[in-house]
Amino acid sequence: MRKNLSFRDLDWMLLLVALLIAAVGVMEIYSTTAHSALASQYKKQIYWVVVGCLLAILVSRMDYHRLLEQVAALYGLGILGLLAVLVAGHRVAKTHRWLSVGGQTFQVSEMVKLVIILAVAAYLGGRRANSVAWKDLVVLAGLAGVPATLVALEPDLGTALTYFPVIVAGAFLAGIRWRQVAVLTLLGALMLPVGWHFLRPYQRERLMTFVNPKEDAQGSGYQVAQSKIAIGSGGFWGKGIGNGTQSQLGFIPVSHADFIFAAFAEEQGFAGTLVVLLLYFILLLRLLDGAQWATDRAGAYVIVGLAAVLFFQVAVNTGMMIGLLPITGIPLPLMSQGGSSALFTFLGLGLAMSVKMRRFVN
Amino acid sequence: MEVRLAEDQRVPAWKIVLLQYVVAAAFLVLLVGYWKLQIGEHAYYVEQAERNRIRNLSIIAARGRILDREGRVLVDNTPAFSVLLLRDNAQALTPARLVGIARGLGLDPGEVQQLVTRTARLPCFQPVVLKPSATLEDVAFVDSHRLEYPELQLIQTQRRFYLKHTIAAALLGYVGEVSAEAIAKSGSRYRPGDVIGKSGIEAQYNAILSGRDGMQRVIVNSRGQEVGSMTAIDAHPGSDLRLTIDLDLQMAAEMALGDREGAVVALDPRTGEVLAMASHPDFDPNDFARRLDRQQWKQLTADPAKPLMNKAIQAQLAPGSVFKIATSCAALETGTIKPDFTVDCPGYVNIYGHTYHDWVFEKGRGHGRVDLHRAIVNSCDVYFYTVGKLLGIDKLAYFAQHLGLGARTGIDLPGEDAGLVPTPEWVERVFKHKWFPGETISVAIGQGALQVTPLQLAYMIGGVASGGVFHRPHVAFPSQLVAHDLDPPPDGERQFPLSPLTVSAVTRGMWGVVNEGGGTGTGARVPGLDIAGKTGTAQVVSVSLKEATHSADYRNNAWFVGYSPSVNPEIVVAVLVMHGGHSTVATPIAAAVIKAFYDQHAPRPPRFAAAETQARLEPPPRGP
Repeated sequence: MRKNLSFRDLDWMLLLVALLIAAVGVMEIYSTTAHSALASQYKKQIYWVVVGCLLAILVSRMDYHRLLEQVAALYGLGILGLLAVLVAGHRVAKTHRWLSVGGQTFQVSEMVKLVIILAVAAYLGGRRANSVAWKDLVVLAGLAGVPATLVALEPDLGTALTYFPVIVAGAFLAGIRWRQVAVLTLLGALMLPVGWHFLRPYQRERLMTFVNPKEDAQGSGYQVAQSKIAIGSGGFWGKGIGNGTQSQLGFIPVSHADFIFAAFAEEQGFAGTLVVLLLYFILLLRLLDGAQWATDRAGAYVIVGLAAVLFFQVAVNTGMMIGLLPITGIPLPLMSQGGSSALFTFLGLGLAMSVKMRRFVN
Repeated sequence: MEVRLAEDQRVPAWKIVLLQYVVAAAFLVLLVGYWKLQIGEHAYYVEQAERNRIRNLSIIAARGRILDREGRVLVDNTPAFSVLLLRDNAQALTPARLVGIARGLGLDPGEVQQLVTRTARLPCFQPVVLKPSATLEDVAFVDSHRLEYPELQLIQTQRRFYLKHTIAAALLGYVGEVSAEAIAKSGSRYRPGDVIGKSGIEAQYNAILSGRDGMQRVIVNSRGQEVGSMTAIDAHPGSDLRLTIDLDLQMAAEMALGDREGAVVALDPRTGEVLAMASHPDFDPNDFARRLDRQQWKQLTADPAKPLMNKAIQAQLAPGSVFKIATSCAALETGTIKPDFTVDCPGYVNIYGHTYHDWVFEKGRGHGRVDLHRAIVNSCDVYFYTVGKLLGIDKLAYFAQHLGLGARTGIDLPGEDAGLVPTPEWVERVFKHKWFPGETISVAIGQGALQVTPLQLAYMIGGVASGGVFHRPHVAFPSQLVAHDLDPPPDGERQFPLSPLTVSAVTRGMWGVVNEGGGTGTGARVPGLDIAGKTGTAQVVSVSLKEATHSADYRNNAWFVGYSPSVNPEIVVAVLVMHGGHSTVATPIAAAVIKAFYDQHAPRPPRFAAAETQARLEPPPRGP
């Protein structure tokens, strides 16, 4: 089996697009942090991109079926990791999100995304039926819901939300029926007030601000207002690297991380926005194309699960910058500064390539 | 079979294609959203971004100085510091931090919170003035708390400095922070914290005195720290304003009035120029320039003696016997009496079934048989009761009004009061009853409902002694107004010609008041000066109430309007001493001001009656 695989079979196109986006990210991280205490962050990011890229190639050469076989153990490890974060996590700004492993802080919740993608693929891929039973939906909800609850407790609602696109896409592919969708929608609507009760005050405020942004332009609407100013003032060609007043003077919060796209749009204008959004678009279409050629359902579920997470993150992150969606702390994959996020994305892409490389072999 | 099984393993292709369409649709929405912001609303957001990073710091323009007629400086500016509150980062202005700031600067935390709330609508790059004149301690506080309170900023300003402190305080007025109403009314000319004239000259000529503030534009980051600066717009200082006031006369008036409650106003009746205007008790406008605290403000406004009031133009009181000049003019001009008309004064007279007493009745006597001259000199009430009855209220009111009473003189100061000349129409309108004929008798000697201001009396006496030529009083030289595109005041001269016979009779009478034996105003005599005038002692309340209380507040108001020379005067001085008891306290004050005037101007030789009346002169009495 192995002799049939070579570097030629790797999806170089997918990797190239991902690296292009990551390069734009590194450039923007450099631009926004050059004159601050975080000036060396771009070097770290390069390191993580290179490491991620090598890992992706390494993973692509592994047979993903080996991982699917170990999924129960991986899932258990993921849950344990999340519990460890809550108990012994690294506290940053009153939240537990990081776990220290050998001096390296590490966001477990990012890796858990991969585990959920694999778990959903393993569960749905093993089924023969062309429709989903209520029992299957409950299992899916549990697969995403248990870790999501733990992550939401950190509290990191943004990352917790990224687990759900995996099961939504999975259920769709597995053949969910309209009636089930209708019942679930109704149930969701009924649960909304209960969910509101569990939200933290700042989260409620963000939602209220989204509904009525003019209400509080200095408070929690501040971030949206400032990122819109940054993006809008960028114009068509942008202000140029290092010239974005909004990002350089600190009006955009965490302009190298979650809000990197606002800083980028300010400095590179609509031209840059168009290019990067097109790159993401190509990445996602290319991924989904691969799902079509997967030799087994499990492989297809892996790819679609990954595409769903990436799509959700890209759409929510770039959408919230311009006020289309409420503010949630979701990083922009491949661009936002952060090692855990970069590792997750590249490992995911490696998995997807692994699936695709095995399309002719069975 | 193998192939079909493999086919069956795959997910349906249409589902993948559908997912791709969903992705495409989402990206289209995103692109449209970014297009709208970056292309469609680009200009709007460029402006927003500019505002974000630029903070406007005012460069305060110095107010123009206020000078006296000789160019001596009355009001100047002195460099000072203002503490600004930067509002770029409104989130930092939490109540707890505001309390800390208020404590550090010695301000009331409630007021600071109010200021922040009131100015919340202003653009955030617009700082507000937190404390207009910072003390050295405040400067030290801001300097040493730069890290803790980066939203505090010091700017250099010009504080108003009143060189003579309380001298002419009510006339000069004071400055203060512009009120919210004034900001709303001004369009966008004023911003919160701007200093404008609030009263007196400072308010009246604010447009001339206030300069145009400059602007320093600095680039700041989101924490409000300056990271660079842009072009500055220079400040244009206000223009100096020269008043008609003569500091020497002003000082003489202030000294002579002393700590008595009242007012002194000196006019040049030939032009209407106000030479001095004093009002006591007074205040120090410098306190306002430093911003009053609540306690001081309460004290000033609650004081029953009303120190903030300019009594020269705002005290409306009965003129007492000074009004007999108006009665005399009315009677002579209408031909009601001739100067040789005589009345026998036993100390009282019975008119309309009511007994009216003369002021000498208390001493158990009357004036005997008096003509007009003696009636003016000795201020015989019975004579003028009789003349008033003969005249009737209509003629009396007509002349009072045309001699300048019952209406504003039009002086270029804010808040001048009109006084009141009662007429039958007025009584019917306000009290809904017919005019009592007895009222006329009171009005004829300057009592009753009659109300005048000290300025009006100076204006009236000056006009009468000038033969019926009245000049609108003013404190600023009109030529300065034209230079500042302000409407020049209407031509000040007003004619109400009086016959030479009337003028001669009345001015001789007023000369006699000061210079003849038995004259009521002999206290105004100054050797070598030709001074004339008329005294007045006006009841504040009825005699019975006065006796019941014995309070100083109910003591009679003392008036004296003196002028010199006795015909075609160069200076006329009205003196009001509230609760002064008797006009003898007012006469020396006018004399002091007139003497100060002639210390710098050569006195003209007396026009008439010099030789023969000099012989009749008696030594002045030894005070009241």
